[in-house]
Parts: sequence; C-alpha cells; structure tokens
Amino acid sequence: MTAVAEAAELVSGTTHRPVRDPHAPAPRPLATLGKPTAEDSFRNWGSLAGAAALAWLLCERLLPLPGVAWFLVVWFLFSVVLGALVALMRGGVPDMVDMVARRVILWAFLLIVGALASVIGFVFLRGWHPLVHLNFWTDDMAGVGPKDGMDKGGVLHAIVGSLIELGIGLAITVPLGIGTAVFMNEIGGRFAAVVRTVVEAMTALPSIVAGLFIYTVWLLALGQQRSGFAASLAIAVMMLPIIARASDVVLRVVPGNLREASLALGSSRWKTVWHVVLPTARPGLATAVILGLARGVGETSPVLLTSGAANALTLDPLKLMSSLPLYIFTLVRSGEPASIDRGFGGAAALLLLVLTLFIAARLIARPQSAKPRRRPIRGTASFARRLIVLNRATHTVGPVDLNQETSS
Amino acid sequence: MTILRTEVLPSSRPDVDQRPRKISRKPSGVDAVFAHSSRAVGATVLVITGGVGLFLALQAIPTLRDYGTSFFTEEQWSPDTNQIGIAGVLVGTVSVALVAMFFAFPLALASALYISEYAPAKLKPTLVSMIDLMAAVPSIVYGLWGFFLVMPHAGQVAVGIQKLLGWIPIFRVTTIDASGAVVTADPHAAVVDATRYVSSAFCAGIAVSMMVMPMACAVMRQVFSQTPPGEKEAALALGSTHWGMIRAVVLPFGRGGIIGGTMLGLGRALGETIAVVLIVSPAFDIKPRILEIGTATVSSLIAARFGEATAAQLSALLAAGLVLFLLTFVVNTLAALIVARSRSGAGADA
Repeated sequence: MTAVAEAAELVSGTTHRPVRDPHAPAPRPLATLGKPTAEDSFRNWGSLAGAAALAWLLCERLLPLPGVAWFLVVWFLFSVVLGALVALMRGGVPDMVDMVARRVILWAFLLIVGALASVIGFVFLRGWHPLVHLNFWTDDMAGVGPKDGMDKGGVLHAIVGSLIELGIGLAITVPLGIGTAVFMNEIGGRFAAVVRTVVEAMTALPSIVAGLFIYTVWLLALGQQRSGFAASLAIAVMMLPIIARASDVVLRVVPGNLREASLALGSSRWKTVWHVVLPTARPGLATAVILGLARGVGETSPVLLTSGAANALTLDPLKLMSSLPLYIFTLVRSGEPASIDRGFGGAAALLLLVLTLFIAARLIARPQSAKPRRRPIRGTASFARRLIVLNRATHTVGPVDLNQETSS
Repeated sequence: MTILRTEVLPSSRPDVDQRPRKISRKPSGVDAVFAHSSRAVGATVLVITGGVGLFLALQAIPTLRDYGTSFFTEEQWSPDTNQIGIAGVLVGTVSVALVAMFFAFPLALASALYISEYAPAKLKPTLVSMIDLMAAVPSIVYGLWGFFLVMPHAGQVAVGIQKLLGWIPIFRVTTIDASGAVVTADPHAAVVDATRYVSSAFCAGIAVSMMVMPMACAVMRQVFSQTPPGEKEAALALGSTHWGMIRAVVLPFGRGGIIGGTMLGLGRALGETIAVVLIVSPAFDIKPRILEIGTATVSSLIAARFGEATAAQLSALLAAGLVLFLLTFVVNTLAALIVARSRSGAGADA
C-alpha cells in the first residue's frame, strides 16, 4: 500500500496533501443511505400493529363500540399514542413530535382517499341496478312512469342534452375565452388591464347567479321560452371567465424568448401568435378548456333555472331539453325509490362522462414524449423545428439550418 | 406614434437614397387586422362579463326602493306577506361555509403536506391527479353522497356532539314539545328524535367541505412544492427532524398559499348551491344552531324561490345574488392578493 508507506513519512508541523490511491476501488454510496434501518421499520410497523391489536381489544372485547368506523377511529388514536411513546423512548421530544405529525398527516390523507373512494363507490353501487340494463343507455324517459322497472326508460336524452348544451356553450366560450387571453397577453395596454380585472372579478360569480341572470334577461325580459339554448347561454356565462382566466395563465408562461426569436426573424405578430405562442401553449389551453368543461357539465344550478325538463329525446336546442345534472336532480327529489335508483344511474353516467373528460385532459396535457408536465418548456430541437416552420411561412430570411446549430 | 431615427452612415454609393428610413410601431396589414379583431374580442368579453355585474348592481336599486334597509335586517323570506329579507339566509350561508372550512382546512393542509413532503416520489403524480379528479367531481354527486350516505351517520354524530358540548349555544338543538313550546332536545332520551338532527347546516357543510377541500389542497400543494430545496436541506443538515424541517421551512414559506388557498375554498363554499338544496330543509330564521334541522343559504334560496317570484321579488332575489357575488368576490380578491404578495406566490397562479 503506497498510501500507507507515504503516510509514514509525514513530518509533523507541515501540511501535506492527501494522497490518492489509484488502485483503491471506486467509492460506492452506502446502499442503505436514506432508507429506514431495520430498527426504524420495526418501530414504525410494530407500533401500527400494536395499535391495531389494542383497538380490536378495546372495540370488540372491552367497550360496546362495534363496527369498522369505531375500530378505525380507535386505531388512529392508538397509533398516534403508541408511535409517540416509541419515538420518545428512542430520541426524546423532537422525535415524538415528528412521529405524531407524520401519523396525523398520513391518517388525514388516508381519510381523504377513503372519502373519494366512498363517493365513487357509493354512486356506482347504488346506480348499478339501472346501469346493467342496456335500455338505460339507449332509451329516453318518454312515457315512463315513476314506478316502472329498470327495463323501461333511460338516460339517453339527458346525455344528448348535456352534450348539445355543452357544445353550444363551448362554441361561444372557446373562441371568446382564448381570444381574450391572446388579447390580454399579446396586445396588452390599459384596456387589456381593465378586461383582465373584470374577467378575474367575474370568476367569483356563483353559478346560480349566472343562471338567474339568463332567467331574468333571456326568459323574462326578452320573452324567450325555456330551452336547451338558454341553458347553453347560462353555462357559457358561467364558463367564460373561468376559461378566459385559465388560458390567460397558460399564455403568460410561454417564454418571451420564443416570441422574440420569432419576431426577430421578421415574422408578423399574428404569425408569431398563430405559429409560436398558441402551439407552445396548446396542451395547457386544452387542459384549461377541458377542466372548464368538466365544471360546466356538472353544474346543476344554471340548467335548473333555464332549460326546463323534457322526458323525450330532442335534438333541437330551441325546445325544452333535459341534461344529466337536471335529470339526476328531478329524479332524486321525487322521493320514489325506483326514481332515486334511476337518479343514481344518471349520476354514475355523469361521473363516467367527467372521468372521460378528465383523462382526455391528462392525455392532451402530456403529449407524445410522456414527460411530466412541469418540465422546462420544450427542448431546443422542437424550438428549432418551430422556427424553421416559421421561416418557411414568412420567407423573410433565407433558409438557415437551425438544426445543425441547436442539436449539438 | 413614435418615430425612431437612425444615424446616417456615409455610403460609398451616391445613387442610394441616404435619408434615414422611418420606423413605425404601428401594426400594418395582417397585424392591424389581428390587433383590432383581438381588441374586439376583448371588448365583447368585457361587455358580457361586465354586463352581468352591472345588471346585478342595477337590480339592487328597485329592491332597496321596495324593501328599504329591512332587506338586510329582515329574517323571513315570505313572498305571500311580501316580507322579504336576507338576514336569515346570510347567516345560513356563512354557517354552512364555516362548517365546510372547519373540515376542509385541516384535511387540505394535511393532504397537501403529505403529497409534497411525505409521499414517495413515484406516487406523487398519481396523487396529484387524484386530488384534481376530486375537484372535477360534480357537486350534485357530492350532494347525493352527503344526503344518502353521510347524513344518517352525521345525525348520530350530531347527537353525540350535543351530549358532550350541548352547553355551547351553537351546538344546542331545540325541539317542540307536546304543549307547543320550544325546548332543548334531549340527547339522552331512550329514543332520540333523530329528525331534529339531520338536514342541518352541519350535514350540508360536510358535503360542501368535500367540494372545497381539493381546491384548497391544490393551491397549498403548488406553493409547498416551490419551497427552495436548499433551505429544506439546510434544515435537515442542521439536525432537524422531518416535521421540524416542515415547521421551520415549508410552512412559513407557504403561509401565503395556505391562507390564499383556504380563502379560495371559502369563496367556493359560499356559492355552493345544489348540494345544499338537496341536503337542508329550508328555514329562514337567524339560526346559529348548526346541528339543528333547517337552514338556508343565499343560493339555495334562489334555487327554491325563483319560480314563484313576482317582478319585485325577482329583483330582490337578484339583489341577494349580488350580495353573494360581492361576498365571494371580496374573499377571492383577498385570497389572490395574499397568494401574490407572499414570498412563495411569485409564480403561483391559483
């Protein structure tokens, strides 16, 4: 060992640089680094198991507290107390506080997960009976009495109504919402500041007030009939500020140097917006629209005031039209057990619709590369591709191979 | 219009015009069309959204003329006797929202901390999606859940709370005895009158809390995730426990997000309609007893009474809607200000 031999020659009182042994094996990080030791795991799981045993003893043998709910509550309390005791024995008060906080936070989170699971599970369980009948998906409620069995009637008219109302609502809100966001970000100025202030203020508008507004103006003052179109207007009034604001936030994070690069290549502002800003922000914009949509499809109060309820399938938005939330609401309020079951079937259909929209939003937000969403905006390669497209579109600068420079 | 002048450089070619060219920032061609049309879109949206607000504000004038200040002090909403006021429903709105926040705040804080600090890194995106999904579940579904699944149990819990804390006025539950007098309900009776303990602000608040929890949680989590890792590592390197690090670094850094997220949730809770309509049985007196049957919020009032209203009462309903809108607006604006002013709010857009 040369290192040891050299170390023997060290003279006290002078400074020596440490000698590196070229033959020594490369240092390896400790495999257990950052992981709990066996003892830690034992304390953790042991106190949980002990708490479960104590809770069982207390609930089933000592006190008259039967049922899963009491067991979970007592288990939670004992797991905090036991965990605290074990931690106190090991490391003192700071460790005890750490363990209590960890246990409380974990249990609170599990409570949330349980609540969400119970919401979804409960709706599908109660709605299962109508859901398994095929006619539920292909039939409407025309001529179906409140006491008729599940082999009659269905939810088709409500689904179609919801989709038509949302479609019209979207046709109004998407161009206006995204257009406003573009205006606020790309044109700017004092007027844009006013628009932004008002739009942000109107996101606070409760959905029922949006419905009441359309009810008063469209139905009473202008004398129109209750219809699917009125409901679309109410949904649009409710969604417009939400979508405009969300798109504004999305456009604001488009990096300025992308815009500047495009402008520096000589393209017009319109081309910059159309070929650089909007494509860059596309996943975010899609998410904004779809989340606004998920909000719009589930809101009952605007349609409650404006659309009226129809039992038959109709494709004409100027007639009375049912929609999923309204369908559920009227059936559940009727109090008839069969109708309530049907209402739960409708709720399950609504949940499926929202789930589909939600998954679509996730898929669009995470494009082909399957990168997590928070990545720094795009790679240089995609930036270069966009500039080349821009170049071809504007013909202001001669052909430059940007790939060669940026890919290195 | 700004005209920029460039320096004139000597040119070797006398045939080239040597005057500086004019540079204008005024958009021309397609750009002018783009600028004007997008300005028009902005103006349209301003007219629509501002129109709603203006319309609501104008509706308050005839209401004040018809009902005077008693609109704000009268408890009852009885169109038959034309006695109309929003004092009762305002108290109901605030009590439902406060019950909702009582449950939603600790749960939102804990789950935001769990997702950002405790959860395994591989699970994190899934958990974030789960909370987002929870925010997307329609309110009528939470209403069904609250009415059919939670309310019977919540009624039993309410009996228990009255047993323990019935001496506090807000947990008192009254009932009407055989002689017709209003007395305190007896939670120790052999057969407890369960109907007095359901359809209350407490039950509605539980369902509403499920709606606002994910919103508040999302804002908090976003802010927590921006905590500078250097500061967290510094706390750990100084020997802090995990919780000590959270208390010393994450929570102070995220304070703005905690307050802002909570207030955003509160704003949503104030305006929630359909779950409340499903759960509560309407009652329009000022009732600070949250466990007792019967309450009403501004939005449930509108949903229940718009059909039978006369023109004056309709404008009174709209004025009630305006009050609700202003309440929500103030809460939301404060929330946005708090999030934006805090140290962590620089990039956070709730």
